[in-house]
Order: sequence, then C-alpha cells, then structure tokens
Amino acid sequence: MSASETYSVCLILLTALAAGLVGSFALMKRMSLAGDVVSHIALPGLGLAMLFGINPLVGAAAALFLGTILIWHLQKSATLTTDVAIGVIFTAALAIGTVLTPSEDLIEALFGGFQSLSAIWFVAGVVAVSVIVGFVLVSRHQLILSLFSPELAAATGVNVSRLNLYFLLVFSLTVLLGVRFLGALLVGALIIVPAAIGRQLTHTLTAFLVTSSLASVLSVALGLVISRFYPHFTVGHVTLNLALGPAIIAVATVLFLLSLLRKKI
Amino acid sequence: MNLLSVKHLFVRLEDKLIVEDLSFELAAGERLSVLGPNGAGKTVLLKALLNLLTYKGEVVWAPSVRIGYVPQKIDADTHLPLTFTDLFRAKCTTLKVSFSELDEIANSVGLTRQILQTPVGHLSGGQFQRGLIGFSLIGSPNVLLMDEPTASVDEPGEEHIYELINRLQTEHNLASIMVSHDLSFVFRYATKVLCLNRQKVCFGSPMDALTPEVLAKLYGEAVGVYHHDHDHSGSKNPNQV
Repeated sequence: MSASETYSVCLILLTALAAGLVGSFALMKRMSLAGDVVSHIALPGLGLAMLFGINPLVGAAAALFLGTILIWHLQKSATLTTDVAIGVIFTAALAIGTVLTPSEDLIEALFGGFQSLSAIWFVAGVVAVSVIVGFVLVSRHQLILSLFSPELAAATGVNVSRLNLYFLLVFSLTVLLGVRFLGALLVGALIIVPAAIGRQLTHTLTAFLVTSSLASVLSVALGLVISRFYPHFTVGHVTLNLALGPAIIAVATVLFLLSLLRKKI
Repeated sequence: MNLLSVKHLFVRLEDKLIVEDLSFELAAGERLSVLGPNGAGKTVLLKALLNLLTYKGEVVWAPSVRIGYVPQKIDADTHLPLTFTDLFRAKCTTLKVSFSELDEIANSVGLTRQILQTPVGHLSGGQFQRGLIGFSLIGSPNVLLMDEPTASVDEPGEEHIYELINRLQTEHNLASIMVSHDLSFVFRYATKVLCLNRQKVCFGSPMDALTPEVLAKLYGEAVGVYHHDHDHSGSKNPNQV
C-alpha cells in the first residue's frame, strides 16, 4: 500500500470515529435524517467545483457552510423543526446539484470511492477530525442539557442557539470528511446507522457513545477490506458491485440487523 | 435587602400582551407564591425573570443571587439514554462546580443510587420531580424559581414534594418564587402571594391578600377561601384550584 493510500485509509477510519460520536448526539437530538439530508447539500458545491475544474471538496465545503448557516437561521426564525428546515434546502440542493454536476462525474459525486490522499490533505483531515471529536467531548455536558430541556439548559447559562450552530457546523464538517469516500448519497448513513446500532445495544450515555463509534469504525474497516479484496462478488448469475461506499453501508446495515437480536448492555 | 426588584414589566408573545405593567419585590428568605388561572401569565413571568424571554421594564436581581430553577414539566424523551447522574454532572461542569456536593443533594431529595442511574424516561412522576428539584439545588442557589413543581405527580406524591420543598427551603434558607394552583400550599408555606391575571390582582401576605373577592376575580365565584389551621397532618385541602 502506498503512503497516499495509507493516509486515505487512516483518514477514513478517523472520519468513522467522528461520525459515530456526532451521530450519537444527532440521534438524541432527533436529527437522524439530517445527516442524510445535509450530505445532499454538498452536491451543488461538488458539481460546481467539477464544472470549473477546482477541488470538489472546496466546493462541497462552501455549499455545506452556506447550507448550515441557512438551516440555523430557518430553525431560529421560522420555528420549524430541524428536519423540516433541512428538508426545504435538501430538495432544492439535490435538484440543482444533479443539474450542475457533469454526467461523467455524477456517479462519483453521489457514491464516492476510494481515493489516495496527499500528506497535506491528510493533515487537514486529521485537524478536522480533532475539531469534531474535541467539540463533542468538550461540549457534551452542554449538549446533554440542551437535548434534555433547552429551557433548563438556557436557565443554567448555556447559549443554546450558539450551541446548535456549532453542532450543525461540526455535523456538516463530518459530512464533508465522509463525502469524498462515501459520496453525497451515502455519507449520511455513516452518521445514522452506527448511532442506531449503539442505541439498540446500550442504555447508558458512555456505552452509547463508545458503541456507536466502534460500530462506525468496524463498518468502515470491514467495508474497506471487502471493497479492496472482493470488489466484484458473484453469486450464481448475479455479480455484486461492492464499491467502497456501498460496501461500508452494507456492513453497517448488517451490524444493525444483528444488533436487533442482542440485549442492551 | 431585596433579592429581586421588578418594575413595570411587560411581556408580549406574538403581539399578545401576556404580562402587563407588573411590579413587585422579593426579600431574602421570602416565599412568594404566584397564583392565577390558566393563561394568566405565570409561567411567562418566571421565564422573563430567568431572562429566557424578551420583555420591557426592569428585572433587577441582587448581585449575590444564585438561581435554581424547577420547570413546570419536561416531556423527557423515553429513548434518551440519560440519567440524573449524567444531568447532575453536566450541570456541575457547566457551572464549574465540583461533583462533591452531589451525594448530599441526592440524599436530601431522596434519590437513591438506583434512581440516579435509571434513564430519565423510565422514572415515575415523583422520582422525576425529585430529580429536577435536586438539579435545581446544584450550585448552591439562594433563590428557587419553581413552576408548578407537582404538576406531573399524583396526589399523595404532591404532598411529599411540597414537604420536601418546605424542608429544603428551611434548611438552606432559600427564598423562592413558586407558581402553584394549590391554595392549601399557599396558606401553609408562602409568606407572600402574587395574584396574576395578566395584571397584578393582589400582592401581600396570603391571609391579607387572598380575600374572597380576589379569589372570585381570579377563578370565578365557585372558589371559597380555606384558612388552614396549621395542622400539617398531610390531609389534602378540598379547595385546590
């Protein structure tokens, strides 16, 4: 494995860790669908960047940042639930993104794939993961209070509106990290499914956070192995196309189904 | 010295005037009950005092005041993997106070280790309310703001919660502002009463302020006055409104 491929593998695994943590709080905040939807906001950015020949991640980052600020304002001003606010932007983003993205790049933008990574982008990715994990660990107490009761959190001195903005930004940053490998359609699932596994298996907060993160890392690790060694798997007359993104989400889904059989710890 | 001074308070919600030209004060150690019919602005008043709503007028807390807040009702998501241990620690960390007082607080409100470690969605109404009262005591408050703290508790449990609040106030010399529908509680424990129906209807000691005319104005003619004889036997006053 080349150095750039090693960088890529390490960053995917670190991204999985971040997605597990962020997804746990997103699930508790009843924002599970938001992960799916926010990822679609990246699509117009990816499309525009590909159209003008600049780095797709720069376009995705710009689109996600603008989308996040817009969602935050919609939440505050229109008193809509987060999912509804995000849904309004999502449908428009998906349509515009599909129109803008060159057709030869559309599959990659939607489903991602394994790409090698330069040292600079690897360092930038590690910094982004550190920001996400650091935010969740440092702010977890305020997040807990605000999801239990925003009013009680505010009376305790938590700036709930600012906390919501920071969480949405961290959420979008997680999507940005994952979109390169999983694509705009599947990256949301990396946030939702491992958290659903964690919730299914645990009933304490610490166990929930740890289990979600482990489920996320395990899904990505197994998905990487499968897509690398068995990219095309033939069953009878049917050949399965196990590209990276679909392989990861398929593993996560199998783990989720298995989790339904287990008692909580 | 007054802990709180409210002058000419106006609160509007979506262009509707909820609290109009309200002025009152709270002295150290005083127990103020806020009475009024549904929609009178009682909860809105507490939220304005906590600076959770925008308002016009003056709300001035003394610099030494530390507020503990017990909200009316929290519809805790039964799926949340949160326990009162998590919530207590979260508040300690947010307020930057140590965890050392948590055991004492849990004992004082009757929360066992088992209750503390049970997800909040699985607790009974009484256990949940005790948890919220314990939560309000973190950070050594000297004023408690309570919004119908027995709203989600059954009748025998109500009496225990009232007794608990009374004991804690005595032990910690806490001033309080409590929204309550229970006249028997007001006569037994409150030192002052504020009757609210958008505007101030009465303010003073319960015995002086709660005249039949005032109660009729607040709740209609059907409500009589019951002057409690201070026999704290725990029997329920039939005149709860």
